[in-house]
Amino acid sequence: MEPQVIASSTPWRAPAGLLLEVDDLHVRLRRGDREVRAVRGVSYRVSAGRTLAIIGESGSGKTVSCRAVMGLLPPTAVVTGSARLEGKELLGLPPAEMREHLGADVAMVFQDPVRSLNPTMRIGAQITEAIHEHLPLSRGEADQRAVELLERVRIPLARRRFHEYPHQLSGGMRQRVMIAIALACRPRLLIADEATTALDVTTQAQIMELLLELQRELGMALVFISHDLSLAASYADEVMVMYAGRVVERAPTGTLFAHVRMPYTRALLDAIPRLDRPAHSLLPTVPGQPPDPSALHAGCSFAERCPNVRPTCRENSPPLAEHEPDHFWACWHPCQEDGAG
Amino acid sequence: MSAGPLLAVRDLVQEFEVRGRGGVKAGVVQAVSGVSFEVQPGEVLGIVGETGSGKSTLARAVLQAPRPRSGSVVFRGADLVTLRGRRLLDARRQLQMVFQDPYASLDPRWRVDEIVSEPLVAHGVGDGTSRRSRVAELLDLVRLDPGRYAGRRPRELSGGECQRVAIARALALSPALIICDEAVSSFDVLIQAQVLNLFERLRVELGLSYLFIAHDLAIVKQVSDRVAVMYLGRLCEVGPADAMYRRPLHPYTLALLASIPEPDPHRARRLHRTITGEPPSPIDPPSGCRFRTRCPRAERRCADEVPPLRVVAGGRQVACHFPLEEGMSS
Repeated sequence: MEPQVIASSTPWRAPAGLLLEVDDLHVRLRRGDREVRAVRGVSYRVSAGRTLAIIGESGSGKTVSCRAVMGLLPPTAVVTGSARLEGKELLGLPPAEMREHLGADVAMVFQDPVRSLNPTMRIGAQITEAIHEHLPLSRGEADQRAVELLERVRIPLARRRFHEYPHQLSGGMRQRVMIAIALACRPRLLIADEATTALDVTTQAQIMELLLELQRELGMALVFISHDLSLAASYADEVMVMYAGRVVERAPTGTLFAHVRMPYTRALLDAIPRLDRPAHSLLPTVPGQPPDPSALHAGCSFAERCPNVRPTCRENSPPLAEHEPDHFWACWHPCQEDGAG
Repeated sequence: MSAGPLLAVRDLVQEFEVRGRGGVKAGVVQAVSGVSFEVQPGEVLGIVGETGSGKSTLARAVLQAPRPRSGSVVFRGADLVTLRGRRLLDARRQLQMVFQDPYASLDPRWRVDEIVSEPLVAHGVGDGTSRRSRVAELLDLVRLDPGRYAGRRPRELSGGECQRVAIARALALSPALIICDEAVSSFDVLIQAQVLNLFERLRVELGLSYLFIAHDLAIVKQVSDRVAVMYLGRLCEVGPADAMYRRPLHPYTLALLASIPEPDPHRARRLHRTITGEPPSPIDPPSGCRFRTRCPRAERRCADEVPPLRVVAGGRQVACHFPLEEGMSS
């Protein structure tokens, strides 16, 4: 039950350009009179120019863990562990100091651009506001930079859009504006939280391509949070799967999809409707739903839904360990070969 | 019912006026522009389209809520467009709908058993005792234990459980056709698979037909016998789901297929074939083919002539002057 030292918190190969190191992150949230253990010992690394996908269902802790790193949780949240940006500890920073990093070093794009944009402010003013926050530019220079940013995120007629309001843009265009704002101060780490979930499939493809292209151009590290393993397969260098506040599997993308070990990852992958599947076939899926994070039992949190479950699974929580080179999983009875489980 | 289609939609048109300052008419949203299709008994027709394609407007026009501008909607032999009042309600008993957001479509103050029995009460079906047993039967059908769930309220349920309740309510009057409008789109993949499997089991057990509307072609294909692709108020392509996936005829269908991320890193990254830009406004749609402004194959003719939805080989239909597999055209 108690937070345990996870094998992966011993540092693994730290490649050049290591940007963000998160170690043994725990987050407890207050929800009414209950305490929710939203994140329970999460560790990962992100390097410049690399893309990490954090995959999980609603309530898996994927968003909370990123917001904790950025200091964006309510004051009642209890955050422990370590999150270092180029060696500098972010957790516990005074809000004023954290603000200096937000936008300048780390920026975030959220799922819902409607709620993230100010409906009463022109697009241009929202971008220049972000520029003035960190860069010492004159008004004319900031305006010029804002138009460049709009062009960079491929908004047609950027100079005209500069003077428009959010409601005059489509959902995809608004998300491009959010990305322009996030890029305003050339962050080195961009976190995209379900940034394409609300968009149409053609727009999603366009936005993901744009993010990867910007990442290559600017040498940023990109962390994208999604519930969709197919997005990870298409766009990530490394994948981290979360369940009930823990990391349950982590590997470079090619390794993970070639050898899925954790039955939860297998279930997520198998349940995706695929175009090559015959019509009217039943999708392989697991019963039930994720556990209530305010009432977690001993043992593996996935045990109740797991096809590979054995008595040991309900007694002891499996640690996340590197079982194969670069391939970490937390499971007592992993899938043996592809398709197993 | 005699043989023949369960639902036959002909030349359906739905438009809305947009008013600018001072109530002056500013334009007409051409949401659905002459759509025709049929659903056979026991068949699932999928309708796929992006935001603004008019697919939800089409669903509501079929239900006469609101009534379409023109066209006919013949359901089980009766044209719903010509029916009024009690006769329309009776005709619609066998035509039910399941929506995207289960929390928004269920009254939060009602218990599950009240929600599911409401259509029975409204149509005066049975008495208290028979309704109670029918509710238990319906909850069993959607795999919710009546003993555990009948007394709960929507906020005590997960999203997937709420959607099961909404499906049970839709089944109460033994419909022949259920219109599912993005009915699994808001769920995580495992819950989505559970609900898709439920739709599939109900189809087999009850001999249901669905009009299954979604923006995700992979989801639509999973449940559908035939798929209709919709773009800016018109159908681009209609045909058997497998054939369409193997050999798309319309350039827009190909773009949709290419945009779907593959859960396999070796097959991914074919996305560069996808289209750029966004759909134009339905207030002032392009002349001729509405897809031409984003189409890599567009020529002069596409601006001048509206391509009709024409029948080609293999029970397929396509609305394109220059389809991808010209050899297949008749």
